Amino acid sequence: MKIGLVLKELHRSENDLAHELLQAADRHKVDHEVFHVAQDLAAWSQRHVREIAAIGERYGQSLDPEPEGEAHAAAKLLDKGSELLGRARTPGLLLLRDLRMLHMKAAGVSVDWEMLAQAAQGIKHTDLLAVAQRCHPDTLRQLRWANAMLKESSTQILIS
Amino acid sequence: MTQTDRIADVWGTRTPYPRDGVWPVRVDSFLEPDVDPETVDWVQTASILHSNGDALDIAVKDGRMVGVRGRAQDRVNHGRLGPKDLFGWQANGSRERLTRPLVRRDGELVEAGWDEAMDRIVTRTRELLDEQGPSALGFYTTGQLFLEEYYTLGVLAHGGLGTNHVDGNTRLCTATAAAALKESFGCDGQPGSYTDIDHADVIALWGHNMAETQTVLWMRVLDRLAGPNPPEVVCVDPRPTPVARAATVHLAPRPGTNVALMNGLLHEIIRNDWVDHTYVESHAVGFDELAERVRGYPPEKVARICDVPEDDVREAARILGTTDRLLSTVLQGFYQSHQATAAAVQVNNIHLVRGMLGRPGCGLLQMNGQPTAQNTREAGADGDLPGFRNWSNDAHIADLAKVWNVDPMEIPHYSPPTHVMKMVRYAEEGSIRMLWVQATNPAVSLPELARIRSLLSQERLFLVVQDIFLTETAELADVVLPAATWGEKTGTFTNADRTVHLSEKAVDPPGEARPDLEIFLDYARRLDLRDKDGGPLVHWHDPESAFEAWKKCSRGRPCDYSGLSYDALRQGSGIQWPCTEDSPEGTERLYADGQFFAAPDYCESYGRDMVTGAPLEPTEYRAMNPEGRAIIKAAEYLPPHELPSEDFPLQLITGRTVYHFHTRTKTGRVPQLQAAAPDVWVEISTADADLLALTEGDLAEITTPRGSVRARVRVTGIREGVVFLPFHYGYWDVGAPGADGAGRAANELTITEWDPASKQPIFKTAAARVRKIDGAAGPPASAPTTTASAPASGPAAPTRGGDAALADERIDGGTR
Repeated sequence: MKIGLVLKELHRSENDLAHELLQAADRHKVDHEVFHVAQDLAAWSQRHVREIAAIGERYGQSLDPEPEGEAHAAAKLLDKGSELLGRARTPGLLLLRDLRMLHMKAAGVSVDWEMLAQAAQGIKHTDLLAVAQRCHPDTLRQLRWANAMLKESSTQILIS
Repeated sequence: MTQTDRIADVWGTRTPYPRDGVWPVRVDSFLEPDVDPETVDWVQTASILHSNGDALDIAVKDGRMVGVRGRAQDRVNHGRLGPKDLFGWQANGSRERLTRPLVRRDGELVEAGWDEAMDRIVTRTRELLDEQGPSALGFYTTGQLFLEEYYTLGVLAHGGLGTNHVDGNTRLCTATAAAALKESFGCDGQPGSYTDIDHADVIALWGHNMAETQTVLWMRVLDRLAGPNPPEVVCVDPRPTPVARAATVHLAPRPGTNVALMNGLLHEIIRNDWVDHTYVESHAVGFDELAERVRGYPPEKVARICDVPEDDVREAARILGTTDRLLSTVLQGFYQSHQATAAAVQVNNIHLVRGMLGRPGCGLLQMNGQPTAQNTREAGADGDLPGFRNWSNDAHIADLAKVWNVDPMEIPHYSPPTHVMKMVRYAEEGSIRMLWVQATNPAVSLPELARIRSLLSQERLFLVVQDIFLTETAELADVVLPAATWGEKTGTFTNADRTVHLSEKAVDPPGEARPDLEIFLDYARRLDLRDKDGGPLVHWHDPESAFEAWKKCSRGRPCDYSGLSYDALRQGSGIQWPCTEDSPEGTERLYADGQFFAAPDYCESYGRDMVTGAPLEPTEYRAMNPEGRAIIKAAEYLPPHELPSEDFPLQLITGRTVYHFHTRTKTGRVPQLQAAAPDVWVEISTADADLLALTEGDLAEITTPRGSVRARVRVTGIREGVVFLPFHYGYWDVGAPGADGAGRAANELTITEWDPASKQPIFKTAAARVRKIDGAAGPPASAPTTTASAPASGPAAPTRGGDAALADERIDGGTR
């Protein structure tokens, strides 16, 4: 049984997604919707990290229930940098790059949840399936958000 | 006939009536002294200073406006007028009106002719189209022009220039109303009718201080309350509003927690099974998710989140859950607060689970803030496509392209329309290079003013302002166009319960000022905008021909105007859409038979994720709602993004007072209204005032991470931890912020943040601190005593209008 491995990978990829969402929020403080929503979405991944750690024990995984560090000293510097960059043209491209990366990372997390749910059904572990059913919809919303923001932002950034 | 000081007595004399009775007529009028009503001409119109749509006639003598009188036969007001209706018309005659175009020459705004001004705009438009294309052009319009003007603007911007950057200041007042209706019913369109007040047993006002925002509608409620079998009132508001004082249950939640409160109420309604299961099963989707979601919000938990008494949550739920006739109205306390759309949608959910729609007394009014906001939304000037067409439905685009006779590719529909906060962001980063602002004042009304002023002042931005006064925004413009306003031009507009009124020209505009429609037609002509066969794209030439073009565009859509005409509106008074050949009298209530505009092929919107704002894809919507039922959409509560802290321990909310409109460009020039509320004030609770050693009249400084404002203190019954600033006060009459850096405009302090679904800015959850400015004890604050800003106790001269504010009231005793 390799469910432990999937959980370990999910724990890593959710932590990573939360971190990247917070980084993107910091980098795009003057794109206010990204700034605020990305923080809310990071909180979802952090909640998933706790859920994964809680059920990981049963599959032989000792995972840290605490999401990896969020507010770091560099954040404030990034804030300032983001404000200064606000008037330049390049942040647009930087935003597209970040949204693209978030979309891909969320897609990775999504297929991890997909695999976990398939396995949980195969061995009829309802608790594990319930975790996947609680968390995976959030991941899909994160994925759709990144896609929608790309769709909404790319025209102006690329043609002007 | 009686005379009443309508500044002191905002709502006038009571005319009580029973449930299911007819609201008596009371004709209010105010004329200049010594004007004989028999010797004037009366010209038909409706109010332009709020969204209620009070029908009135303008008195004209020797080519001048000399007064107004309510229209007894109109369904909206039965003759009544509010203070702004009675006195506001005097602003038209102000000496400070713009009478000639202005252009910036060597850094100064100087007078110019129309040709020069329009030529500058057209030349810049062409240059930008050549250099960058339509993505360089943005239009920021208003909720105060007429339907014909919005439609023309929408056609020339979307169909002619091809820009996606069109929005109205309705984004600040009514975007969430539209978004919430789209989420729940697949389409904009007010379900209820004002007559539901006549039949309701419970009236719930959600963040809606109706007594000050729609005074005449509140008169209707007061007359029910004064009559036999009065309704119970449920009020959600952190301030001690007149509505709160009339309420059976008043809930004053912590700002930013509306979704938690709504989930708590729904929790009780579902737990007690006050659910109309037959209605839900036949007419809605999504009930199970709602039941699951609200299970996590028992009253004891909600009471903690919102800081309201647990028993009050249960009692409010009981009142809402056990009545047979429930009317709800929603406004800025929900729309301008955290999780705006999600909260407003939960009000819709209460009506859906209780089956309270489309019957007399079972109404839902997601209100508008501005007089013509409904038209901004339906005619396509807020970025949405005209006739509630769906930008992500290719068949709708093809249909619209046929109406306009253009290629579908000409109409930008690759992404959602650009909302104003995104437009200012594009202007900030330099990709929107021309912004044309009409009848709105973003330099005072948008959040975080230091940022707004700075980006509007950029040399690389070509700013056009079309207005009737030299506003704070106009002072920053490259070209200023003097516009004619209400009473000086003809057109139609639609109020918050879908009532369409004709507003006729009564007098000539001052100087060279021109109707907004003429300005748009001139712009289209000078740009030589063509349809795909080479004919003129904008093929109408006056208000009535524009209205006829709009009728064609609206035919078959939910907001169907095809049965209306200027003649029909002239012969009667207001008529509610949809109005077709089959229903020439209009339609009182939408969704009377549980049939919605939500079918996948017909709906205006597939909806959005209310937390992330991501639009649903057509396939997702079709799978969720194949039969076009109402959609019950659940939402989780999320804490506001800016919470009180050690540095900023209070929460700031902003709002309006009954005597003023927006940034006071009109009402500040009306003697009676200006005297009633002449300067900014700050409201603070008794407990917080004690803690900060503040008393009535002290000068205080209110600070948030964005800036500071100085205002005189009014101690009121507002909830603890919350301070309130009116948003009306800017700088046109007092000059720029002083050397201390503190300003007067509430938006110096507000946060740049918006609801991800409706894109409406959040004006009601900023963290703030207040300190006393020593040695500056002064007179009592100039806050009105007649309203939500009434003092908790102690000295404050009562707000009076005196002889100058005496208006006539005529109560016939009969019906209309």
